[in-house]
Amino acid sequence: MRKGQYRFVAGFLLAPLALYLIFVIWPYIQTFGYSLTDWSGESPNFKFVGLDNYTALFHDDVFKQAIWHNVLLLVFIPVLTILISLFFAFMVNVGGRGGAGGVSGVKGSNIYKIIYFFPQVLSLAILAVLFQALYRSDEGGLLNGILIKLGLVDANSPIEWMNNPKLVLWCLMVVIIWHGVGFYLVLFSAAMQSIPREIYEAALLDGAGRSQTFFRVTLPLLWESVQTAWVYLGIVAMDMFVLASTLTPGTGFGGGPDHHGEVIATVLMRNFLYFGKSGYACAMGIVMLVLTMIISVITLRATRRERIEF
Amino acid sequence: MSTPIKDPSVTEGGSVVPGQRGTKKSARPGDSRSEGMTLNVFSHGFLILWAVLIVLPLLWLILSSFKTDAQIGGSALSWPTSWDFDVFSRAWSKGHIGDYFLNTAIVLVFSVPLTMLFGSMAAYVLARYQFPGNRLIYYFFVSGAMFPVFLALIPLFFMMKRLELLNTYQGLIGVYIAYSLPFTVFFMHSFFRTLPTAIHEAAVIDGASHTRVFFQVMMPMAKPGLLSIGIFNVLGQWNQYILPSVLMQPQSSGEPERYMLTQGLIQLQQQQGYATDLPVLFAGVAIAMLPMLVVYLSFQRQIQSGLTAGTLK
Repeated sequence: MRKGQYRFVAGFLLAPLALYLIFVIWPYIQTFGYSLTDWSGESPNFKFVGLDNYTALFHDDVFKQAIWHNVLLLVFIPVLTILISLFFAFMVNVGGRGGAGGVSGVKGSNIYKIIYFFPQVLSLAILAVLFQALYRSDEGGLLNGILIKLGLVDANSPIEWMNNPKLVLWCLMVVIIWHGVGFYLVLFSAAMQSIPREIYEAALLDGAGRSQTFFRVTLPLLWESVQTAWVYLGIVAMDMFVLASTLTPGTGFGGGPDHHGEVIATVLMRNFLYFGKSGYACAMGIVMLVLTMIISVITLRATRRERIEF
Repeated sequence: MSTPIKDPSVTEGGSVVPGQRGTKKSARPGDSRSEGMTLNVFSHGFLILWAVLIVLPLLWLILSSFKTDAQIGGSALSWPTSWDFDVFSRAWSKGHIGDYFLNTAIVLVFSVPLTMLFGSMAAYVLARYQFPGNRLIYYFFVSGAMFPVFLALIPLFFMMKRLELLNTYQGLIGVYIAYSLPFTVFFMHSFFRTLPTAIHEAAVIDGASHTRVFFQVMMPMAKPGLLSIGIFNVLGQWNQYILPSVLMQPQSSGEPERYMLTQGLIQLQQQQGYATDLPVLFAGVAIAMLPMLVVYLSFQRQIQSGLTAGTLK
C-alpha cells in the first residue's frame, strides 16, 4: 500500500477513534477497576478491596430482588411484545380479503402501521408523564376513571397501580409493550414482504389454507427477525431505568413500593448518586454486563435454527 | 440480505400488488370467501382496538392540559370547561419548555452532523481499505453497541467532572457522538460495502485524492444510508435521557440549568409533588410531542425503514 493511503486511513480514523476511546472505552475499563475498590466517588482516596463489593452484592436483598425483577422482565417483555406484534403483523398482512395466505394487506394497513409505530418516536420521558397520568390512583387517572365509570371499580377505593406490590412490575411492562408493538409490527411486516411470492403460490397449489400458510411458511421464514427482536427487547428489559425511576414511588429513583418496582439500574443509580457508593455501583454495572452477555448467548443458542435461504 | 436498506416500495405497508387480486381469488377453494370475510371483520376489529389504545391516551393527555388542576383531580372522563391556549405559553416560558427545546436543539445541531461525519469516515476506511488491524478496529467499534450504558456511566461522570465538561454543551455533544458511533459505524460499514467499486476506481484513475473521492463520490452515493442512520441518530439523541440526566446537572448554585427536553420534562414531573401545576406539565408534553408528530408524519416511511433497517441486517 502506498504511503499516502496509510496517511489517509489514519487521518480518517483519528477523530472517531479518539472520541470513542475517551468517552466509551476508557470508562468501560475503569468500571472494572473501580468495582474492586471502596471508592465513594467524590473523594480521590480509595483502597483496593478485592472482590468485597461482589460478595456484598450477594447479600444485598434489594439488589437480588432487582435482579429477579429484571429476569421476569427479560422473560415477559420479549414474549408478550413479539406475540402481540406477530398477531398484528398477521392481521395486517394476511388478514386481507383478496390475498390467499400470501402477503396482501387489509385495507388501510398503512394507516394502522402509522398509528402503531408512533409511540416509537416519543421519548421515554414523555411516556413517563403520560403513564403517570394514566396510572393515577384516583378517578383522575384515565384507567381508574374508565373502570369507575364502567362500575368495575368502587370510586372510594380505586386501584393503586403503582403502589400495589403485585401490580407495579406489570404496569411497567405494559408501558414497554405499548411502546414497542408498532416497531416490531413494522419489522415483521417488512420481513414478510421480502418473502418471495412463489413460495406462497407453491403452498397454495398444495392446498394450504390461510392460517396453515402462516404457521408453516411465513413464521419459519420470519425466524431471524424474531431472533433480532428478542435480543433488542432483552436489552430494553435489562435497562428500564427511565420508567422505573419515574413511575414507581420512592425517593431517589423510585423502586417502590417496598422495592417491588426495583430494577438493577435504579439500585445502581441510587448507590452512585445518593449513597455515594460508586465502587459498589460499578460492581453492579459489571453484574449487569455479565447478565446481558449470558442472556444474549442463551437467546442466540436457544433460538438457533438452520438458516433458510431464499 | 445483502443491503440493510429496504426499498421503500417493499417496506411500505401490506399494500396489495396490483393485479394480484384477481388471479388469487380464482385460485381459492370455494369456501374461502366467507372465511376471508370473517377474518377480515375479525382482524379489523382487533386492529382498530389497538389503534384506539394508542391514540386515546395521547389525545386524553392533550385534552387534559386544557383542564384546571381541580378538574384533573376530578373524573378523568370530564371535558375541559374552557379552551384556553394560555397554558401552552405558560409551559413554554414558566415551565421552561422553550429553554429545554433550545438546549436540545443546540446540542443536536452539532452532535448529529458530527456523528454522521465521523461515523461515515471510520466506516468508509474500514469498509474500503485494507490495512493491518482493520478487522480489529471494526469489532472494537461494533462491540460498543452491546454494552449497557450504565457500565460506563460512573467513571464517565467523574472523568467529565475532571475535564470540567459537566453541564456544558460541548461535553454532551462529544459524549453523544461517541455513544452513537458504534451503531453508525456498523450501519454505514455495511452500506459502503454494497456500493459499486467501479466509480471509485474511475475517480482515482482521474487523479482524485482519497479525501476527494470520499466527499464528492462516496458520500453522495451513500445518501440513502445516511438518511436512515441520520433519522436514527436524531431520534436517539433527541430522546436520550440517562446521559443528560447525569451529565447536565448544574454543579454549583450559580451555574445555569442547561437541561435537555427529556430531562426538563422529568424535572417538571418530579416537581409536581411540591407545587402542583399539572396542566403545565401536560401542555409541556404536548409541545414536546408536536414536532415529533410533524416530523413523523412527513417522513413516516423513512423513519419506519430507518429505525428497522438496522435490525434487518
